[in-house]
Amino acid sequence: MSRIFQSQRFRNYLRDPSALIGSIILMIFFFCALFAPLLAPMDPYDLTAVDLGNFLLPPGWMDGSVASFPLGTDDQGRGILSTILYGLRTSLIVGFSVVAISSVVGIVMGMLAAYYGGFLDAVVMRLADTVFAFSTTLLAVLLLGVFETRGIATVIFAICIADWVKYARTIRGSVLEIKDNAYVVAARSSGAGDFRILFRHILPNALPPIFVVMAVDLAVVIMLEATLSFLGVGVPLTEPSIGMMIAIGKNYIYAGMWWLTLFPGATLILLVVAINLFSDWLRDELNPKLARQT
Amino acid sequence: MATYLIKRLLQGIIVLLAVSFVCFIIFRYTGDPVLMLAGKYATQQEREQVRVAYGLDRPMHVQYLSFIGGALKGNFGKSYLSSVDALDMILERMPATIELATTAICISFILGVGLGVVVSVWPTGVVARAIMAGSIFGISIPTFLIGILLVMVFSVYLDWLPSFGRGETVQIGPWRTGLLTLDGWKHIVLPALTLSGYQLAVLLRLTRAGMREVLSEEYIKTAWAKGLSPFKVIIKHALRNVLIPVVTIAGLSFGELIAFSIVTETIFQWPGMGNLLLTSIFETDQPVIVTYIMLAALIILTINILVDLMYALLNPRIRYE
Repeated sequence: MSRIFQSQRFRNYLRDPSALIGSIILMIFFFCALFAPLLAPMDPYDLTAVDLGNFLLPPGWMDGSVASFPLGTDDQGRGILSTILYGLRTSLIVGFSVVAISSVVGIVMGMLAAYYGGFLDAVVMRLADTVFAFSTTLLAVLLLGVFETRGIATVIFAICIADWVKYARTIRGSVLEIKDNAYVVAARSSGAGDFRILFRHILPNALPPIFVVMAVDLAVVIMLEATLSFLGVGVPLTEPSIGMMIAIGKNYIYAGMWWLTLFPGATLILLVVAINLFSDWLRDELNPKLARQT
Repeated sequence: MATYLIKRLLQGIIVLLAVSFVCFIIFRYTGDPVLMLAGKYATQQEREQVRVAYGLDRPMHVQYLSFIGGALKGNFGKSYLSSVDALDMILERMPATIELATTAICISFILGVGLGVVVSVWPTGVVARAIMAGSIFGISIPTFLIGILLVMVFSVYLDWLPSFGRGETVQIGPWRTGLLTLDGWKHIVLPALTLSGYQLAVLLRLTRAGMREVLSEEYIKTAWAKGLSPFKVIIKHALRNVLIPVVTIAGLSFGELIAFSIVTETIFQWPGMGNLLLTSIFETDQPVIVTYIMLAALIILTINILVDLMYALLNPRIRYE
């Protein structure tokens, strides 16, 4: 542990204000999402706790507000603050699950494609090209449009189908560069099997660019989940989601009830900006050649 | 070049066939088409009649071949909801989407490349810093939120621009256009800005990165030394070379544009294809969904091939084997 704190990388991190701010905001969001049931004034998805009579209350500092709803309520009497806290959970669960699953799938597919080449490589890469041409968003919308079950797991599954190609392409590039290096040849000539070479010798050296892709992808996936739920093809009505809150709030902006959209919207933007600040730092740190170029 | 083109076309056809197979599976196995066609309250006998009448009792490969045959003739069946030809329904909505997308592309190109040049020519100024900060926000705000925020500011708070529909349109032959009336232009501003948002930020960053690289090259120094005007050096010598990859990436992200047009059309109730797709998804109108997917695949693949060809034409150093 102390090795981490004394390392050069950790000192660089402390010296980078945007990375520091980004990760502090992220940490606060993780904490809020983890302890949402304890922090939230109410459980907005517990039908017995919701009182329809409290619908469309304004935030705490405005006339007609109720103290137990500091950010106001939506059209069904759910507290905005509580719904955001619970929605944050969905965002982060979907974000981390998709990044975890599609990175593993993409890494395995990309490594095998690059290592064995030939037909397998052609198939994987054509598949990747096609998915890439359709774009993750379009593919996810279309998949969710035809799936018959609804739920967080379905959303994760659909996004993963569209998302793994990013990882496959990235790792393929690195493996192609690495696989003819002297140390790989040495490992092979000393009798190491393909499996050992791939996972013990090649993978550790191909990983750094993947970490950057993961960090950027987390932000992209969180935005995508919100977009899908906003469109009404994402998580079902019974699950909390920031995207869906904004979709509901959209019906009330002409009535001047801005708090239904602005609070969840600001939360989403803050979350994504925080992740992007952190991933910018990570990119510079892991790839000094690219530092501060874009 | 010709062999490369043929190879790409063959690949495209294989992809289209794969997509058509997936579509067929969707068509046939999600939601019971018999139930949709015969209605919920049909008797067992009526259902059987429908099954035979629409050929749903035939073996799977026969059904797939007839599906492909129909698709080649542009016949994807009729909408379950309105009994209108699915393709006709989508084609009727197409002009609205094309006008919106084209306007958005123009905005993101002019602003994205223009601001990218400004930022790279004066990299240290306050303006450049403001633009770059703005572009970070541009890629951190999802399209739907950009739309909502624009509506809140320009429609609700300032009451300058409408946020609903296409406004007044003019019918010219088969094309219904909103770009010939002032009302139509007013209606397209907010949706087009929303749709251009993401691409604008990406184009800006690409242009900036490319310009920074090119501006330090020897031939640019030579151009300056020759005493050429700044306009000639920056626009004719530098920007031309930067634009090639920028155009390519913009073309390759066409799928993204289609995806975000679905989002934009939903927010602004824009009567285009994306809006129709979403309605069809909610009503499980499979023929319309399938037609949309096939059409989107065709458009995206065509654009990808065109971009590749244009890349070769713009940059003579590239030769496809």
